Amino acid sequence: MKRMKQLLVLLLILALGLTFIGCGKKDTNTQTSGKDASSKDEGDLIVVGFSQVGAESDWRTANTKSFQSTFTEEAGYKLLFDDAQQKQENQIKAIRNFIQQDVDYIVIAPVVETGWETVLGEAKEAGIPVIIVDRMINVSDDSLFTCWVGSNFKQEGYDAADWLAEYLEKQGRSEETINIVTLQGTIGSSAQIGRTEGFAEKMKEHPNWVMLDRQTGEFTQSKGQEVMESFLKSYDDIDVVIAENDNMAFGAIDAIKAAGKVPGKDIIIVSFDAVKAAFEAMIAGDMNVSVECNPLHGPRVAEIIQKLEKGEQVEKLQYVEEGVYPAETAAELINTREY
Amino acid sequence: MNKIKHIWMKITGFSLFFPLLCLAVVLVINLIRTPDFFRISMNNGVLYGYVIDILNRSSELIILATGMTLVVAASGGTDISVGAVSAVAGAVCIYSLIGGASSDVYRIPYVLALVLGILAGTACGVFNGFLVAKLHIQPMVATLILFTAGRGIAQVLTQGFILYVRKESFKYLGNFLPGIPVPTPIFIAALVVILTILLLKRTSLGLYIQSVGVNRIASRLVGLNSSLIIFLVYVFSGFCAGIAGMIITSRVYSIDANNAGLNIELDAILAVAIGGNSLGGGKFTLIGSVIGAITIQALTTSLYAMKVTADQLPVYKAIVVVIIVAIQSPVVKRWMKAVRHKNALSGNRKKVKA
Repeated sequence: MKRMKQLLVLLLILALGLTFIGCGKKDTNTQTSGKDASSKDEGDLIVVGFSQVGAESDWRTANTKSFQSTFTEEAGYKLLFDDAQQKQENQIKAIRNFIQQDVDYIVIAPVVETGWETVLGEAKEAGIPVIIVDRMINVSDDSLFTCWVGSNFKQEGYDAADWLAEYLEKQGRSEETINIVTLQGTIGSSAQIGRTEGFAEKMKEHPNWVMLDRQTGEFTQSKGQEVMESFLKSYDDIDVVIAENDNMAFGAIDAIKAAGKVPGKDIIIVSFDAVKAAFEAMIAGDMNVSVECNPLHGPRVAEIIQKLEKGEQVEKLQYVEEGVYPAETAAELINTREY
Repeated sequence: MNKIKHIWMKITGFSLFFPLLCLAVVLVINLIRTPDFFRISMNNGVLYGYVIDILNRSSELIILATGMTLVVAASGGTDISVGAVSAVAGAVCIYSLIGGASSDVYRIPYVLALVLGILAGTACGVFNGFLVAKLHIQPMVATLILFTAGRGIAQVLTQGFILYVRKESFKYLGNFLPGIPVPTPIFIAALVVILTILLLKRTSLGLYIQSVGVNRIASRLVGLNSSLIIFLVYVFSGFCAGIAGMIITSRVYSIDANNAGLNIELDAILAVAIGGNSLGGGKFTLIGSVIGAITIQALTTSLYAMKVTADQLPVYKAIVVVIIVAIQSPVVKRWMKAVRHKNALSGNRKKVKA
């Protein structure tokens, strides 16, 4: 009897917990599709289900915003948005929900590369086209998704190295030994792999560049700061920091300042993503360059959906356009930045 | 000869011996691999060195481990929500300070925002305490609720953005106060630990917590309000999480609801375990947990200093943790006790012969 009671209480609490989680989710949903109630004729709208990784960085929120501002009801879409809070199981749940609601298109920004076969198979069976954005997925059967839209991370690595070479040449340091440290992203993420590889390949062209150390800062400001603190104590003469995203660069800047050096002058800061806060740092003179990782996938995905609506074929891999933004251009460009 | 043995036995019998040994081993390996690991210099008006980094970076963990130790001791369970709760506290603090967008203007006085943040952490502790003490839910399940929902609450406040406070004074708490060469978090952690120890030793609270942890029902029968004690330790754990949240947000002068204090609850539990505390509750040593927290951070920092590559980092960490925990396991301890006992017996026999 006592056992039963215990079990009952446990179940009740679990239910309570679930409603809690449910509430949290609903909140994020209403933010994005708050207009649901007011719209009457949902029949003509193209329904797009979007499973987003989370809101872990400025970049991610810009990515989310891009979708929200593109897939509006005025433009003829209804966007179902789901924040997976960095968990694949949440994404799989969301995709199953989308299939049940029989949406017209499913867009996924996957949190990891593997483990998608089953759920994408279900989507295929239901005849719903799937568009992958940002990170790539790793499936044995290519037909499980219609196409992929995202960044060419390796190219970003090349761009960063090319900018650095040019910058050093302008300073007359192209023969000098250049000591470099890298703050890597979360190990195994596409952005980390591409940027590390791209830069490493270009490094071979510059025998005077020395990579002193590489360590992960897990794409966060606090970890970036912690690792940079350690680098500064291990090496007296660091010339360049490559931070594989802006947030880690902010952390590195703080660590460099705390060590009594001047970021941007004593130590060149090369960063990726080019979020608005990075432009502010560049204007302040703390950062030298940020290679863009364009999060504005929304319009490109809309373009693809329009093509698919007309029954046209689309290319399997589609890269978005990306730029390199050195500090000199930061002041005039900051107002044009949307994220 | 016997005297040395006697002293040796006394040392190994000392409750903090193993935690200290673990920390010492980590540090000695450092000294061999990185000779200037212990060098501390003045740089830019502040103390500068690996050791300072370790103490500085372990501050949040020490504070969380303080709360966690009492939770473990009194209830024999763990509070797995502390990481998420510190994110909630940080979000409340920054949201009340600047509103829903990055800014450099305070809406309310800074101190008030700190108080609100810590209060939010404490409120989460009250919620956990109510579930565990009054509704008798297993601690793991009860705190699982805020573990999953906490970051959601923080997300709602920040609307999914990273909110920055662009004001120099906001950084003092997590970095340096002007003119003082020691990082502020070290002071805060020391203060929390010292006040907690005073509270436990000067009042009977420490004894009550132990006795409730050993046997909840027996304690009630001798007149202790077991439920109240358990309730209080969860409130205190939430309070500690609130303080840790203030440091975490001040360090990066922003709140990142997804990453603030991520996975730190696991480190806090580990710190308690490395400190030689039984996760089953009962007897506890707060200083042990503090040493455990420092050991964990020392391990991370020294792996950086030893240039272990990022993909191998978790492997080395795992190996060391497995060894540390295995050394302190009851089976190994019993075995060592048996060895000591045998030595003592043979020593006595020799004495008799002589």
